[in-house]
Amino acid sequence: MGRLAEPRWVRNLLIGVTLLFLGSFLLLPLVVVFTEALRNGLAAYLASFSEPDALAAIRLTLLAAGIAVPVNCVFGLAASWAIAKFEFPGKAVLISLIDLPFAISPVISGMVYVLVFGLQGWLGPWLAEREMRIIFAVPGVVLATMFVTLPYVARELIPLMQEQGIEEEEAAAVLGASGWQTFRRVTLPNVKWALLYGVILCNARAMGEFGAVSVVSGHIRGLTNTMPLHIEILYNEYNFVAAFAVASLLALLALVTLAAKSVVERRMRQEEAQ
Amino acid sequence: MSIELRHIWRTFGHFIALQDVNLEVRSGELMALLGPSGSGKTTLLRIIAGLETPDPVPGSAVLFRDQDVSSRNAAERQVGFVFQHYALFRNMTVFENVAFGLRVQPRKSRLSKDAIRARVYELLKLVHLEDLAQRYPSQLSGGQRQRVALARALAIQPQVLLLDEPFGALDAKVRQGLRTWLRKLHDELHVTTVLVTHDQEEALEVADRIVVMNRGQIEQVGTPDEVFHHPATEFTMEFLGSVNLFRGRIESGKAVFGPLVVDRPARLATDGAAARLFVRPHDLEINTAPNGKPSLRARILRIQSAGALVKVDLLCETGEQVNVHITHERFREMNLSPDAHVYLSMRQGKVFVEDYCI
Repeated sequence: MGRLAEPRWVRNLLIGVTLLFLGSFLLLPLVVVFTEALRNGLAAYLASFSEPDALAAIRLTLLAAGIAVPVNCVFGLAASWAIAKFEFPGKAVLISLIDLPFAISPVISGMVYVLVFGLQGWLGPWLAEREMRIIFAVPGVVLATMFVTLPYVARELIPLMQEQGIEEEEAAAVLGASGWQTFRRVTLPNVKWALLYGVILCNARAMGEFGAVSVVSGHIRGLTNTMPLHIEILYNEYNFVAAFAVASLLALLALVTLAAKSVVERRMRQEEAQ
Repeated sequence: MSIELRHIWRTFGHFIALQDVNLEVRSGELMALLGPSGSGKTTLLRIIAGLETPDPVPGSAVLFRDQDVSSRNAAERQVGFVFQHYALFRNMTVFENVAFGLRVQPRKSRLSKDAIRARVYELLKLVHLEDLAQRYPSQLSGGQRQRVALARALAIQPQVLLLDEPFGALDAKVRQGLRTWLRKLHDELHVTTVLVTHDQEEALEVADRIVVMNRGQIEQVGTPDEVFHHPATEFTMEFLGSVNLFRGRIESGKAVFGPLVVDRPARLATDGAAARLFVRPHDLEINTAPNGKPSLRARILRIQSAGALVKVDLLCETGEQVNVHITHERFREMNLSPDAHVYLSMRQGKVFVEDYCI
């Protein structure tokens, strides 16, 4: 607004520093990913995706996200509904427990799964008897993904639902609506943008998760590698073009997430302003 | 449809919201639950609606037309409820809000699409909102939201209409208009209606009968005239309209308040018992000279002459500060001014004798 009295050079310096930082730490790596991926031309870039191991990694990532996101959606809705609309003992504990995956290192959460489900773990012998594999297999990858993404949906919904209260639900009940009708026609439409926002963040994290998945996956090519794990392997084998090609997919996902996030944020603001 | 409440108790932790409330609402009447905040009136209304459950006390029951509905939940009671803050569905238009109760009916008893449409427009016409059917609640004024809430509640053809502080959040002018309109509407529809309010004027103006509530108990039930002119308790007297209070004692069967003596106290009481005299501002008379009646000397503190009546604040010789309402005519006659010394006499008052415990 020109109200601040700072001289022009201070302003330019601040803007310059910010842009330099963003450029070198965010923009430059992004550019590097795409240039490295396309170093040997478009044909080589595309060829990296037709490789069976790469395809398997993409498929597993989609599967893990495809399970983790809906499950966390249901959990997030159930948890936030319970927290916002009812009073029950242990509520405060539940709220802080939901944040646990944020607080601990993903590697630790992976380790916990190994300790519980691994061959030497608590449930290991029982699972081995029934020839069920969780660790170093697809179920482990899915479980680890679910664990690290658990808070995203609930975190978005809880404050919104608490703010909205239960009056509309009561109004619906008095008008003769069943619990399901109330949920579908009143509660869900009232939180839809926050839910979508949570889903977008949850999905981005699910597809990009490295630490927890790395511990439980066992890095079996074509079987238990997700995209981030596959990228690491390719990179360690000096297969830079293929590594950056797969990485560019994740980078694209990030850009799409950013765009979707800002659209949803705008809608949420509009709804709030109403 | 008549409503009957028997032995209703409701406690929240250590707080007793309702204490053995028994009440009968007659079919077709408009009853007001009047009381200060925390008196339990809203809790009682929510218990009638099924939004709140009374404590399981032997003999406790909620009856609609002599049928116990205690075990029915809110969705099954078919009541119309208007919430204090309207609780309109924010993601739905006015039309959809009013149609909601009709659309969630089980398929068997649900009206056809066209019938629902017709019914919604009929209701919107009743509340004068047919032009705003496609608006969202956020685009409406407070008074309009209130009317949408009422139309929505009426859509399911309720046996009972329950209104929780229906005009509480509106400004004075809109409130007055809606009050008159609600009374007219009730006279047309004759739905048994219970209205919760903390505004005594509202209750006196709108209701057929008033239930005065205090601390989870009913103080008095009666017509507006009865509760205003014949208050059964001190609380009712004080809560309904402004009053002046004089403290005194019972002496040889009479209640004595300085020079003012009341011959027959409301209750026989022992000599020496503390007594309290309540006099409405319009039941005190100001005279510039003694007029023969027992009177108190007082000094005028303040005069407020804007309004239908002139309001005069006075300090009595006995130390009480009182408020008196006189007509403009009388005010001009006497030519009163602040600091003038005058004589106060009483047309009528109500004496309460304190419970005398030994």
